[in-house]
Amino acid sequence: MWRTSISWRPTGINARHRGFEMTWEIVIGLEVHAQLSTNSKIFCGASTAFGAEPNTQADAVSLALPGVLPVLNKGAVERAIKFGLATGAHIAPKSVFARKNYFYPDLPKGYQISQMDLPVVGKGTLTIQVPAVGKLPAYEKVVGLTRAHLEEDAGKSLHEDFHGMTGIDLNRAGTPLLEIVSEPDMRSAAEAIAYAKTLHTLVQWIGICDGNMQEGSFRCDVNVSVRKPGAPFGTRREIKNLNSFKFMQQAIDYEVQWQIDTLENGGKIQQATVLFNPDTGETRTMRTKEDAHDYRYFPDPDLLPLEISEAWKNEIRATMPELPQTKQQRYVAEMGLSAYDASLLTSSKAMADFFEAAATGADAKQCANWIIGEVSAQLNRDSLDIDKCPISPQQLNGMLKRIADGTISNSGAKEVFRTMWAEGGEADAIIEAKGLKQVSDTGALEKIVDEIIAANADKVAEYRSGKDKLFGFFVGLAMKASKGKANPAQMNDILKKKLLE
Amino acid sequence: MSLTSDDVKKVARLARLAMTETEIQAAHAQMTGIFGLIEDMQAINTDGIEPMSHAQDLAQRLREDAVTETDQRELFQSVAPQVEKGLYLVPQVIE
Amino acid sequence: MIELSLKQLSSQLAGRKISSVELTQLYLDRIQQLNPEINAYITLNHALALAQAKAADQRIANNEASPLTGIPFAQKDIFCAKGWRTTCGSKMLENFIAPYDAHVIGKFNQAGAINLGKTNMDEFAMGSSNETSYFGKVQNPWDRTRVPGGSSGGTAAAVAARLCAAATGTDTGGSIRQPAALCGISGLKPTYGVVSRYGMIAFASSLDQAGPMGRSAEDLALMMNVMAGFDERDSTSLQREAEDYTRSLAQPLQGLRIGLPKEFFGEGLGADVGKAVEEAINQYKKLGATVVEISLPNSKLSVPAYYVLAPAEASSNLSRFDGVRYGYRAAEYSDLADMYEKTRAQGFGAEVKRRIMIGTYVLSHGYYDAYYLKAQKIRRLIAQDFVEAYKHCDVIMGPTSPSTAFKLGEKGDDPVQMYLSDIYTIAVNLAGLPGMSIPCGFGANNMPVGLQIIGNYFDEARMLNVAHQYQLATDWHQRAPQGI
Repeated sequence: MWRTSISWRPTGINARHRGFEMTWEIVIGLEVHAQLSTNSKIFCGASTAFGAEPNTQADAVSLALPGVLPVLNKGAVERAIKFGLATGAHIAPKSVFARKNYFYPDLPKGYQISQMDLPVVGKGTLTIQVPAVGKLPAYEKVVGLTRAHLEEDAGKSLHEDFHGMTGIDLNRAGTPLLEIVSEPDMRSAAEAIAYAKTLHTLVQWIGICDGNMQEGSFRCDVNVSVRKPGAPFGTRREIKNLNSFKFMQQAIDYEVQWQIDTLENGGKIQQATVLFNPDTGETRTMRTKEDAHDYRYFPDPDLLPLEISEAWKNEIRATMPELPQTKQQRYVAEMGLSAYDASLLTSSKAMADFFEAAATGADAKQCANWIIGEVSAQLNRDSLDIDKCPISPQQLNGMLKRIADGTISNSGAKEVFRTMWAEGGEADAIIEAKGLKQVSDTGALEKIVDEIIAANADKVAEYRSGKDKLFGFFVGLAMKASKGKANPAQMNDILKKKLLE
Repeated sequence: MSLTSDDVKKVARLARLAMTETEIQAAHAQMTGIFGLIEDMQAINTDGIEPMSHAQDLAQRLREDAVTETDQRELFQSVAPQVEKGLYLVPQVIE
Repeated sequence: MIELSLKQLSSQLAGRKISSVELTQLYLDRIQQLNPEINAYITLNHALALAQAKAADQRIANNEASPLTGIPFAQKDIFCAKGWRTTCGSKMLENFIAPYDAHVIGKFNQAGAINLGKTNMDEFAMGSSNETSYFGKVQNPWDRTRVPGGSSGGTAAAVAARLCAAATGTDTGGSIRQPAALCGISGLKPTYGVVSRYGMIAFASSLDQAGPMGRSAEDLALMMNVMAGFDERDSTSLQREAEDYTRSLAQPLQGLRIGLPKEFFGEGLGADVGKAVEEAINQYKKLGATVVEISLPNSKLSVPAYYVLAPAEASSNLSRFDGVRYGYRAAEYSDLADMYEKTRAQGFGAEVKRRIMIGTYVLSHGYYDAYYLKAQKIRRLIAQDFVEAYKHCDVIMGPTSPSTAFKLGEKGDDPVQMYLSDIYTIAVNLAGLPGMSIPCGFGANNMPVGLQIIGNYFDEARMLNVAHQYQLATDWHQRAPQGI
């Protein structure tokens, strides 16, 4: 899947890897297997539920009993169409299932039903936000998608010792997968991970994959090569089955270093499939089969061509949620958020839903700051996802409104937030119970200021003679006198006015 | 195209068929005969002809996404060569 | 009783002249007597058959019978039948008890038909003489030193020897029609997609089609009423309204236009076969048909194209036989690769291995376009030939097989000669058309000759009508081999 048309940016941020900027350019492409969230398998009515007893979800078709036949699951096709629509890709009016022939104990038919020449989804794009690293700023990049095709998953080989034998569980065999292939457009591990994360968000966002990486619902194969900038692509090695972003980072770092060391020591890169060992942080070449890669693809005679009409696409389009990228653009344009903050707030649909509910009728920027700041920090500390947040967006919204209308100060808000998180309750009730309402009564504040001025005549004189720094001293006294409840902005105004009188 | 006995060996390996040298030689001779018959195809011009994969020109029918199968492990594994704890056993797989 | 048609048997059962249990027992006794030599059956199960017969008698007593209720049939051993050993003629499945019913088996069961047993066949349906079966050769009831044809040789022999009332077959390149011709019975391969392939062990998926084999066109029509019909479990099963295949049996043939492909009457056709077919055509003329010469110019390429496409599909379809989940596993092996290679080398016979090798080769890297793609293009040319031909005729007729039944062992060492015995039948599978064979006389050594009738898509009822009218006027189909 390595086409020649690529768009790499000839700037410093493309080649940035430890000490070899400008010496070697990293080229990365990804093949992601997303398990589609259907109830039943792609070609039969067996359940796809995770974690069942071995082989209890391996029906006659999953086991490839003699005489059984495949019938395509509509739900799997719908999910492929959703993906195509979400990435602005070409959706093939006619696509073809092919058999990929090879022997492996977890592949019951001795072939995998996949798509080869005519995939269901053709060329598309994915826009990613690459975060800032060190002095390099965050930036946006458009990654090309080569294709996405439907195929069936294999079963699992369990290598625990069964008297020197391997156990085969075929529950997973036949689970629908969408294999999403990118162009070799990524130029750093950071870009590869940003791409993988964006894709991971998207497939969950549009409801086609549960995204559970631990259960193998989203598996990444990373093709890595290096070259001198401007040179043709180097020989790639494929790192198989990465199931966490952390491992992906480690695996790419190790692999890049290994390839560069190999080349700089006069060696050559052989095309290979490698596995990443999380314990050692190293990659190692898989045992190569002498007959590898003669898969003898041919159109599956048991399945007719898949046809997708405009009407069907339109029907599905009408059910699609607003996409993360569209939301990001809206947050920037209408709410004045930075592109990076917008991308954080759309890191999941739950996050965006939370933000939008909390921001209703409130200051969006302030809301964003609270969510990216306090809310995310607390969630992290408690290892919770946003959808398990103990504070509802409505509660947060109630608090934001009290900040906006001056009822509470920022420090008061932090106290409200802590209480809400730990004990629940609405902002108003907490403010009331804890006496956090700030004093905004001009008369009361003026009285406090008058008393301070009267009691500190010498400092007032110093201030009036030009020692501006003393302003903070007066603020401190005033806040103390108000027991922290004074509206800080109002207090500042009154202080300034009175000190200059 | 003439078939060599190395081709035959490679094919036997791809098809996972153990074959002795004698069997390879015999298969080579027979396959050469059969390909003699097959080569007749090359005489005809098929430029611009759409390959035909299916007897009918129809589209794939789709199944509703519903679970219709129940656990029949015991029945299905009653015909298996070797099972343990619900798993099919095979000689050690090394990656 | 054993000479009665299905319709007659049905009325005997309905009139309580005989019970299904008695009729079943009658056949089981005949099988016990004759099968040890003829070897038409691989597996018998008296208990299962008699239990079905008992249930059928109950159904008849309750007036809930349908036309085939209580009638003893045989099933080709390619169909999975729950609780029955289902071998497909292979050592690979020697001990395989099918855990589910094929669509066809389910349909016969629903109709209350009796399954007497599973009939012998070429291993995985690959063969034209039934000699590739792991379970031994089948004798042609007309001459026990000759082959019954294949791959549905056991079925053809069982029907001819009156070891069942009728039976099922499957046809990938002629496997219903050729043994029907060689054993002097009638057989129909329907349009591809008319009978579900679910539970029928695949040989070449885009060509395989099940059909009825019996003693008359009328019997075949009654069986088609049970076998045909949409099945959601087979993606290639056609969604069509159910039809009554007996509906037009009685129609006269006045005005029928018969196309005779000149390619079917040239070099390679045995003179005895040619003569019998010619006489049959004359009979049709007497029945009011007219004859037109047609051409199927690409039909000569059907054998080469078939021997690319069918082995290619088969090589992939047979990959599931790996000794992991069911079937044979080699007794000794050193590792996984060795287990695969020994299991498959020991479990498959020579012809199956040969075809797996051919199929693997034509799909392998660098050869796909030259062989597989080329053959698919030729397949289209062959199909187009028929479309053109049917502009000028209603049915096409010719010989089913170039010769009558050959001697057992005669073509054993020469696969090419064996492959050429399907030269008139293969094009029909490539096009997906319906084809049938009916007895039309005897050739050399007094062996039966088959007349092939090829119809347009979905013209089965018409073909059955054409065959039935011939059978009303002739008695070839009623002849029985001596000594049975």
